[in-house]
Amino acid sequence: MKIVSKLLLSTTLLLLGGALPATAAWKPQKPIEFVATAGPGGGTDNLARAVQSIITKYKLTDQPVVVVNKGGGSGAEGYVYGKASAGDPYKVIFGTSNAWQQPLVSKVAFNYTDLTPIAAMAQDEFLLWVKQDAPYKTAGDFLKAAAASEFKMGGAQSKDTDEVLTRMIEKVAKVRFTYIPFKSGAEAAVQLAGGHIDAHVNNPSESLGQWRGSTQRPLCAFSAKRLPQGPKVTTSEGWSDVPTCVEQGLAISQYEQPRTVWLPGKVSPEQTAFYVDLMKQVQATPEWKEYIEKTSQVDTFLTGKAFDDFIKQDLEHVKQVAGEQGWLVK
Amino acid sequence: MENLQSLLHGFTIAITVPHLTLMVVGVLLGILVGVLPGLGAPNGVSLLLPLTFGMQPVSAIILLSSMYWGALFGGSVTSILFNIPGEPSSVATTFDGYPMARDGRPTTALATAFGSAAFGALVGVILITFLASWVAQVALAFGPPEYFAVYFLAFASFIGMGGAAPIKTLVALAIGFAIAAIGIDTVSGSVRLTMGIDELVKGVSFVVAVMGLFGIGELLIAVEEEFHARAVSSRVDWKEVFRALGRLPHHGVALLRSAAIGCWMGITPGGPTAASFMSYGIAKRFSRNGSRFGTGEAEGIVAPETADHAAGTSALLPMLSLGIPGSATAAVMMGGLMIWGLNPGPMLFVDQKDFVWGLIASMYVGNIVAVVLVLLTVPVFAALMRIPFAVIAPLIVIICVVGAYSVSNSYLDIVLMLGFGVFGYLFKKLHYPLAPLVLAIVIGDKAEDAFRQAMLMSKGSLGIFFANRLVTTLVLAGIALLLLPLALQIVRLLRKTDEAAHEKVRII
Repeated sequence: MKIVSKLLLSTTLLLLGGALPATAAWKPQKPIEFVATAGPGGGTDNLARAVQSIITKYKLTDQPVVVVNKGGGSGAEGYVYGKASAGDPYKVIFGTSNAWQQPLVSKVAFNYTDLTPIAAMAQDEFLLWVKQDAPYKTAGDFLKAAAASEFKMGGAQSKDTDEVLTRMIEKVAKVRFTYIPFKSGAEAAVQLAGGHIDAHVNNPSESLGQWRGSTQRPLCAFSAKRLPQGPKVTTSEGWSDVPTCVEQGLAISQYEQPRTVWLPGKVSPEQTAFYVDLMKQVQATPEWKEYIEKTSQVDTFLTGKAFDDFIKQDLEHVKQVAGEQGWLVK
Repeated sequence: MENLQSLLHGFTIAITVPHLTLMVVGVLLGILVGVLPGLGAPNGVSLLLPLTFGMQPVSAIILLSSMYWGALFGGSVTSILFNIPGEPSSVATTFDGYPMARDGRPTTALATAFGSAAFGALVGVILITFLASWVAQVALAFGPPEYFAVYFLAFASFIGMGGAAPIKTLVALAIGFAIAAIGIDTVSGSVRLTMGIDELVKGVSFVVAVMGLFGIGELLIAVEEEFHARAVSSRVDWKEVFRALGRLPHHGVALLRSAAIGCWMGITPGGPTAASFMSYGIAKRFSRNGSRFGTGEAEGIVAPETADHAAGTSALLPMLSLGIPGSATAAVMMGGLMIWGLNPGPMLFVDQKDFVWGLIASMYVGNIVAVVLVLLTVPVFAALMRIPFAVIAPLIVIICVVGAYSVSNSYLDIVLMLGFGVFGYLFKKLHYPLAPLVLAIVIGDKAEDAFRQAMLMSKGSLGIFFANRLVTTLVLAGIALLLLPLALQIVRLLRKTDEAAHEKVRII
């Protein structure tokens, strides 16, 4: 049944792919496909499904929305698919900053310029985590110990956001880490709980359960100001009790991972406008607030020029780190 | 004792009319997605997930986990009847299940598989019930070197088995590793072996490979041999179902050993696939009927099925207690947990007692519901074997094509699947074994990642594999299993009691 409808859907998509009227106020005429550049259960997948359920609940569009996962190759599968669907406004790609970071460091067959940016919808924060019973009280203690012996830092994927941040800490604090890439932040969190690595820089949601369960704790947050006050995580502490890294003498004032939304390339401005507006409506719902709070992310909405500027700025920054590490391809 | 009390409380949550209804619905849906290859449990669960957002978390997880049980059972059906494993973990079931079904005993094969699967699952749940906290601690002891040692053990227990020449096994393994390496490499972040095909960056899906290798490969062989006898005149006989179940206790040793292997591999990161392969390999080596494995031996069905389900069940424990999913389906459920507002991890057992124990109780009830329902379907499925080959053959092609396409809605996968079909045919014709190839495709890249992570940690020293008792034991056990066939052969040569090579050995 499900397979049949999937098949029918894709045949319809293929048949209708070419002829699309670009009228002033564009409206979708057929089902929309949300492409999550992550496997089921990953952060990006959760976002796509949250947006899907909000759209369905409030009937923000007449057309059904289906979520498909294309998380192979650290998300490259989804972006390559987006590139190959140029001109098709019925494919919405959900990703992260790896849309522009991945092409820098590995020979993937896409670049973010092949896609049409819609918005950056939420920012995931990064924290420095150590094992619960580690002797370090502050980031300063940790870095002092790290200077004496080479610590093992875990993280999700290679040459991706986690490793970039690790290399930034190395440079700022003048220490050396051995970076060990795992498949996901959740895996790195378990490795830290087992004492196989010394630290990681997970997002709040990736280590929330571990913090509550007293297997690891955050030393500091890589953000300009303390995280917003939410419900307490442990009996005594919540996210807002975690000092910023700058407070603790680790001068990295901001490092965030945006959750990004894209259309394939070569779509009309009207089509782009429709989705920007759709995402804005999603963001105004109480369910969205709930999603942001549950996943401990920061609510933002960047679109148009603000989004472009953000990408350019981040790109400069990553280019610099990647250049120093010798990661740049070509 | 405290656990027992919590469990009883859990039963009061699980055994209510709405929850029992949810279980039946979940199991039936699960059997459906399990039987359709390519759809599989992870996809089925993610399709159902949005429907659960409005439900109580405990009802939602009961629905999803029931679907999981149904899919695990259903996955064995196509493996046995058509040699098409719907899930990676049911590959080992094809080795003896398919020959048995082909010989006209599909009812026996299915009933044996379901019976031993239910036994494995129950052992897994009992383990979860009483050893939850201990198990969580064990899982934490596994870092990259230990992960690698577990995979090494799985490979070692499987090598040298089957009728193939060792060098052919090695070739098959090497090809499997090469296929597993396609796509993005976790450790270096670079793209490997895509051969200019952009889409290959996602890697080769296991389902695509297996449906080609087994489903299409077997079909090509059958067409060549003009397998008219394929339309087996199997009587649909209820008594046969019970007779097969009644014979299960004769395989008591195999059941217990396989359940132990399954639980162990489910808790440690080996997972159900490695568990079923390892269990099959070990059963073949230690069973009295070992030499007949591969020709439709009941024990060759009991071993992988028991281990698969024991591992599949106990794999849910690390998900709940640590937040690491032990299988793809567990990963989807974990996503669901977060959406329902629960945080998997050590605190779940403290904060959400109702949820956790309701779920554990539902595993008992759900598995019983599943095995009853699935046994009821045996005659229906067995009857499929009576359909003439000329009708079933195109159906198998359709199932494989649709299954391959639905993995990630990609036409490339269909082409790959057909390519693997030719490959599987050639392997059979040239007497190369398929099992090592499949094992390498499924856990090859994980083994590679773990090895290289360990090497990063130790700065290139192999000493890390002997750094503590756990990893040393695992590695030594692996080496012992690796050398065992060699040692046995030497002993046999010395004794000069050269038993004429078994003609009937089927290369798997």
